[in-house]
Amino acid sequence: MTAFILSRTWQAALVLLVMSFVIYSLIGLMPGDPLDIMIASNPGATPEVVARLRAIYGLDQPILYRYAHWLLAAMQGDLGFSRTHSQPVLVVLIPALWTTCKLMLLSFVVSVALSMVLGIWAALKPGGVVDGVVSLFAFAGISVPVFWLALMMILLFAVKLHLLPASGLSDVGNESFGDYARHLVMPVVTLALSSIGGFTRFVRASMIETLRMDHIRTARAKGNAEGRVVLIHGLRNAMIPVVTVIALSFGSLFSGALVTETMFAQPGMGKMIFDSILSNDFNLALSGLLFATIVTLFSNLLADLAYGWLDPRIKL
Amino acid sequence: MSELLGLDDVSVHFAVRGQTVRAVQHVSLAIAEGETLALVGESGSGKSTLGYTVAGLQAPTEGALRFEGAVLTKATWKQARAKIQIVFQDPFGALDPRMPVSAIIAEPLRIQRIGTDATRRARAAELVERVGLPRDALNRYPHEFSGGQRQRIAIARALSPQPRLIVADEPLSALDVSIQSQILNLMKEVQEQERLSYLFISHDLAVVNHLVDRVAVLYLGRLVEIGPREALFARPSHPYTQALLDAVPRIGRHRARHARIIKGEMPSPLNPPSGCVFHTRCPKAQDVCMQVVPQLEPAGAVGHSAACHFKEGT
Amino acid sequence: MSVMEGASVERAVSPWGLRLRRFRRHRMGMASLVILAVLVLFCLAAIPLQMTGMDPDATDLFARFDPPGPGHLLGMDEAGRDVLLRLMVGGQISLLVGLLATLIGGAVGIVIGILAGYFGGRLDTALMRFTDGMIALPLLPLLIVLGALDLTKLGFSQDFARSGAAGFWRIVVIISIVDWTSIARLVRAATLQIRERDYVRAARAAGAGAAYVMGAHILPNIATPIIVAFTLTVGRVILFESVLSFLGFGIVPPTPSWGNMLNNAQELVTTAPLLAVYPGLLIFVTVIAVNFLGDGLQAAFDPRSEK
Ligand SMILES: Nc1ncnc2c1ncn2[C@@H]1O[C@H](COP(=O)(O)OP(=O)(O)OP(=O)(O)O)[C@@H](O)[C@H]1O
Ligand code: SF4
Ligand SMILES: [Mg+2]
Repeated sequence: MTAFILSRTWQAALVLLVMSFVIYSLIGLMPGDPLDIMIASNPGATPEVVARLRAIYGLDQPILYRYAHWLLAAMQGDLGFSRTHSQPVLVVLIPALWTTCKLMLLSFVVSVALSMVLGIWAALKPGGVVDGVVSLFAFAGISVPVFWLALMMILLFAVKLHLLPASGLSDVGNESFGDYARHLVMPVVTLALSSIGGFTRFVRASMIETLRMDHIRTARAKGNAEGRVVLIHGLRNAMIPVVTVIALSFGSLFSGALVTETMFAQPGMGKMIFDSILSNDFNLALSGLLFATIVTLFSNLLADLAYGWLDPRIKL
Repeated sequence: MSELLGLDDVSVHFAVRGQTVRAVQHVSLAIAEGETLALVGESGSGKSTLGYTVAGLQAPTEGALRFEGAVLTKATWKQARAKIQIVFQDPFGALDPRMPVSAIIAEPLRIQRIGTDATRRARAAELVERVGLPRDALNRYPHEFSGGQRQRIAIARALSPQPRLIVADEPLSALDVSIQSQILNLMKEVQEQERLSYLFISHDLAVVNHLVDRVAVLYLGRLVEIGPREALFARPSHPYTQALLDAVPRIGRHRARHARIIKGEMPSPLNPPSGCVFHTRCPKAQDVCMQVVPQLEPAGAVGHSAACHFKEGT
Repeated sequence: MSVMEGASVERAVSPWGLRLRRFRRHRMGMASLVILAVLVLFCLAAIPLQMTGMDPDATDLFARFDPPGPGHLLGMDEAGRDVLLRLMVGGQISLLVGLLATLIGGAVGIVIGILAGYFGGRLDTALMRFTDGMIALPLLPLLIVLGALDLTKLGFSQDFARSGAAGFWRIVVIISIVDWTSIARLVRAATLQIRERDYVRAARAAGAGAAYVMGAHILPNIATPIIVAFTLTVGRVILFESVLSFLGFGIVPPTPSWGNMLNNAQELVTTAPLLAVYPGLLIFVTVIAVNFLGDGLQAAFDPRSEK
């Protein structure tokens, strides 16, 4: 078991290293460079001065060298300075991370709970009315553009009905819990809906598969208390792949978070990454993307471990 | 009869998670033109692996193969492939469900680039009738045929490039008994017409008795006995062969002895026993059996040999 | 030798014929097919309209937010352009991106998956580690970075980098770069199964090389899951295109796409809500139809219903 965890962690670290280089190179290919604002705001900068500046900042060095430099600094906790926020990257990052975590966890709980209920309910009688409705709902969930859904909710609940606020964490001057909660409703629902369709379909498929197994079928046919035990046992079997898939998709919530936070003006990681790319804030974009990668890798790692832990056939 | 195929000290090993599976060990034997050699043994004794090696699906780890008098190298292997074909046990997995029967039968020709589309189609039409299927089977797909019919199609495919040798890996064991004899008759028939040789893999000795000229017995990857069918059945020399035959009392035995039953299970090819591989189960095992590997030596009749320190019939 | 072992063989039905029959019985799948056909016709209807002189990019500042009326059935947008015509042309772009990125990314996935599955060993390990790495990436942020790349830094000319074609191909390429992993995994798993079939062994025994086996046996036998996966990918790609264009990193105006038509919709949602409804609704209907189509194909191809 320990060996398994170690080897997986080691692999994840390796992927992270490779990805950090890829992201570093990509960021370097975005328009402009870290000096352009400085140069643009200083009309007297002659080409010689610019060249000197570039040399001071190491921008004339080959990319591998710059990357190594950056990596060394990053390992010591120095992620650089955000030029749009005029603050160290970490100072910007941490509150954003907290906002995103809240949003992701809440919507994760909502979507997992709801998809379990719907998926299992639908699986009890495949082809029935419930199954049909749930399937339609699930298909709608995976097919709807998340940003448009957010837009429509804003249109309905904020613009037409004035029920919920469309943006921000709270109203100015109102710091009550209720107000925070009201601001969270639409973002959480949007984010939850972006993953609920896939989960539901998966739970349903896995459950149908399990219920088809012979011993469960006979037990169900008998309809006695023993049957219920078997059903619960079957549930455990059915949940093995479900847990894996759900854990695997935790990282992809980031994509949803980016859209949701942007749409509802939530100051989280997703919006921060988006804004930093828009404004060529290289250091912030780089760190944000790396954090997102780390979260994804970590959740994948958890998925692997969960699978090993739940499935008795795999001996670690 | 001249030699068609020869195996010279062939071993096949597989690497599985850092360990070595010794599936075939130091096997030497020959198949003559027009001859049928049976390869018998328990499940896991390495029959299929040896068959695959002969059919070019598995490179030998050690040793060499001769075909039509020449040692097969990478260069000569290609031509030999058309002349050595294979028929499998499971008629359902043996035919590509996406191909119509005509394409299946003509496939070896297509791969070998023999003839044109038209001649290949003509050959498929001829073969489909030779194996006893109606001509309109050509345009149908495998899922429309029964197991026996599929095996006929597989035989037609094997016959299409006019091979000299067909490796048949338990071609009957997946079929109903009533159909087995039909397929067996078909195989006999085409053998006479084409002067084919067969390497006939089987664990059913009763089947073997009807078709084959000689029998080779494999145990844990080793060739333990080989000889003409009558001699081997009548006077089996190796204790393992004796036990195998006792399990099928009718075949070739004139007097009933007290049946010898093999106890236990075949050891794992991951670490075969030292000395004689059979010593863990052999009723006649002595100390020497655990240390010295018995060599294949003549046992009685011409061409009959066995690998046992205490073989009968010498 | 005329024994037929009692099989009743009627007319020859190819495996594809059987599937077609089963698909026809799948109501949602068939309905989706019809809807998609209608949608495609709707988008293509722009072509004759443009031939009569209508221009999806022509602005008329006196006609901003004009309500629906004769000649402009859905009214005008914030720049005084015909909404209906832009929806049609934008649909062409969105659908084309969906198809092209799926085909390119799918081709990459098939090649990687089949090589990994067929040859196994180190190649397999290397390719699958690579695939896992790709899967571990936060897709949308990465797509945005890729969408933000300065093409001139990659050696393209300034002119090209600014052109509409560059915008179109950029999004096709970046989505294909990112979205091939699920097909690669699927193809690898299927290849692993097929390569152990006896018919593959028979072909190899007859001298077939890797290319022949892949082309003649493996691809045809894994075609059905690939088709299903491609269908589902088209839906996903259309969603990616729409969100990227919406965020301003995809198809760049004035070229319309369903995604970038929603670009300004957020600010306009109070004044002209319908402008925000139409494009999103079209994306939604298209993607849900594509997904139901995939589901129908899946049911038609299910090996459990195949004899
Ligand atoms: N590709 C392979 N990799 C690893 N081990 C293998 C491989 N092929 C065969 N083996 C092992 O080699 C041994 C011989 O297998 P083989 O299939 O040749 O036996 P067999 O006599 O044909 O058995 P059966 O009657 O069951 O078909 C077995 O222990 C098997 O597990
Ligand atoms: S050599 Fe010894 S152990 Fe092996 S078969 Fe002969 S008697 Fe038995
Ligand atoms: Mg075998």
